[in-house]
Amino acid sequence: MKLEGKVWKYGDNIDTDVIIPARYLNTTDPVTLAAHCMEDADQSFAQNVQPGDIMVGGRNFGCGSSREHAPISIKGAGVSCIVAESFARIFFRNAVNIGLPILESPDAARDAQPGDTLSVDLVGGTITNQRTGQTYQASPYPPVVLGIINAGGLVPYTREILGIEITG
Amino acid sequence: MGKTLAEKIIAAHAQDVTDVSAGDLVTVRTDVVMANDITAPIAIESFNAMGVEEVYDSGSIMLVPSHFTPNKDIKSAEQARTLRQFADEQALCHRFRVGRSGIEHVILPERGLVLPGDLVVGGDSHTCTYGALGAFATGMGSTDIAFAMATGTTWLKVPETMRFVYHGQRQPWVGGKDMILRTIGEIGVDGALYRAMEFIGPAISALPMSDRLTMANMVIEAGSKCGFMPFDDVTREYVEARATRPYTAYFADDDAQYVSVHEFDLSEMEPQVACPYSPDNVQPISQVKPEQVDQVFIGSCTNGRLEDLAIVAGMLEQSGREFHPDVRVIIIPGSQAVYLDALRAGWLELFTLAGAAVSTSTCGPCLGGHMGVLAADEVCVSTSNRNFRGRMGHPDARVYLANPAVAAASGILGRVAHPDEL
Ligand code: SF4
Repeated sequence: MKLEGKVWKYGDNIDTDVIIPARYLNTTDPVTLAAHCMEDADQSFAQNVQPGDIMVGGRNFGCGSSREHAPISIKGAGVSCIVAESFARIFFRNAVNIGLPILESPDAARDAQPGDTLSVDLVGGTITNQRTGQTYQASPYPPVVLGIINAGGLVPYTREILGIEITG
Repeated sequence: MGKTLAEKIIAAHAQDVTDVSAGDLVTVRTDVVMANDITAPIAIESFNAMGVEEVYDSGSIMLVPSHFTPNKDIKSAEQARTLRQFADEQALCHRFRVGRSGIEHVILPERGLVLPGDLVVGGDSHTCTYGALGAFATGMGSTDIAFAMATGTTWLKVPETMRFVYHGQRQPWVGGKDMILRTIGEIGVDGALYRAMEFIGPAISALPMSDRLTMANMVIEAGSKCGFMPFDDVTREYVEARATRPYTAYFADDDAQYVSVHEFDLSEMEPQVACPYSPDNVQPISQVKPEQVDQVFIGSCTNGRLEDLAIVAGMLEQSGREFHPDVRVIIIPGSQAVYLDALRAGWLELFTLAGAAVSTSTCGPCLGGHMGVLAADEVCVSTSNRNFRGRMGHPDARVYLANPAVAAASGILGRVAHPDEL
């Protein structure tokens, strides 16, 4: 699958309290969560993000609490994919589990500037910066992660491995 | 080749294999699966969406409402109700109602619900706390928890292990909180990303369980997957008084492989403080500007245990002083049991007479939830574990993380203060 979107660039150690503050965690509704996504770091994000845009982070993106509300709010805001130098462990799993594409590439993340357009090929794991023309290879996924991604997230993956048919 | 604690516990729980090494991807059995009032609602949604009808084991799933409880608003009341309804439907054995409960990471060890050698996954990043007992315990998100509730398993990458050795005699007012803050200050908030942290050395052997729980609690603040204290007499004594099922103590081999070894000498170490806005922005207290404080919070799963409250009570008693009239001091025992013990010891009266607000057990202010949310530009000294921007309220509020003695001294003097200043 190919994605293309404008870059929203953030720094190192973007924590889940910044992505979605605890004061909004009394709901699980993606639309409400999306409206407050990144609010304490960047007020303009939730207002101006366009469907398909790509979030770029530095090291340890998504550190802090285990709240799945964080990737849900980013996905709910319409972001198609996150590229970062590295991801905090729980955030990485959460994003994969809810079907939000997530790619680790230190060079692609460092070189990307706000407003750049990135093209991402999820099958090949490549990221191309349209401004510079440069293409980067993201770190490959471990097999189990690939299985979850291919199934479309951990919920459909679980149904697959437990042999549960979708009804209704 | 020898094995680390992480490798041994994971191997004992692995499906299909009997031997694992760092880097292996394995499916493991879980002994305990935990979630709270923030993470469980999504876990329950995911569980239902998976189409699974029954949880894998009704005795091993613990849904603990502690963040917005006693409920702060209608939505959080509905979230807590979701947990209770699910617990009823699935006939879960363990229930954690307001008035009979506490903060998840305080009550699970306290009640012997997590034990040495267990493999625990929790829908909360501070699940790593149970490593103090010699359990492999790690935080995950809600959908991972739903998978574990459905199957009694999860997948893991076996972590590499970093070893931390502590020598020397602890100085007055220095405890587990200072040791872990110093460690995080040294390696940074991503210094142990994807890895396990093993704590050893004479100063660890001499450390009481409450301080060990404090240290293991904060390994996630270095990005770590889990942390371990070696099983010893302190562990045995703590666990024997509580366990209601058998457990296994694992020990790292002498020739286990560590990615790095870090040594600390405590003989010269003073109390440590993490300054705004990161748990790795750590300074010895003598180097921290004595800024005026608006609020002091003593509590949380990091330092809300009886031993923490004992330090505060001792300082008030010995100094004969009250808290500063301009500071809002909020003291929250970490569980109903801690509350009762503190009550019987006379400390809740002492705190109240000294001008503190004492509350029933809740996470509350630790995550800026309720019971002490900060306004813009306010300064707080907190015994909790995170001082990210916006964590305890307004993004421009400034939080200093410290041990209970520093927090109490700051509450008495009205500024960031060393306990010796009293
Ligand atoms: S006390 Fe704070 S860190 Fe601990 S579980 Fe509650 S919110 Fe999380």
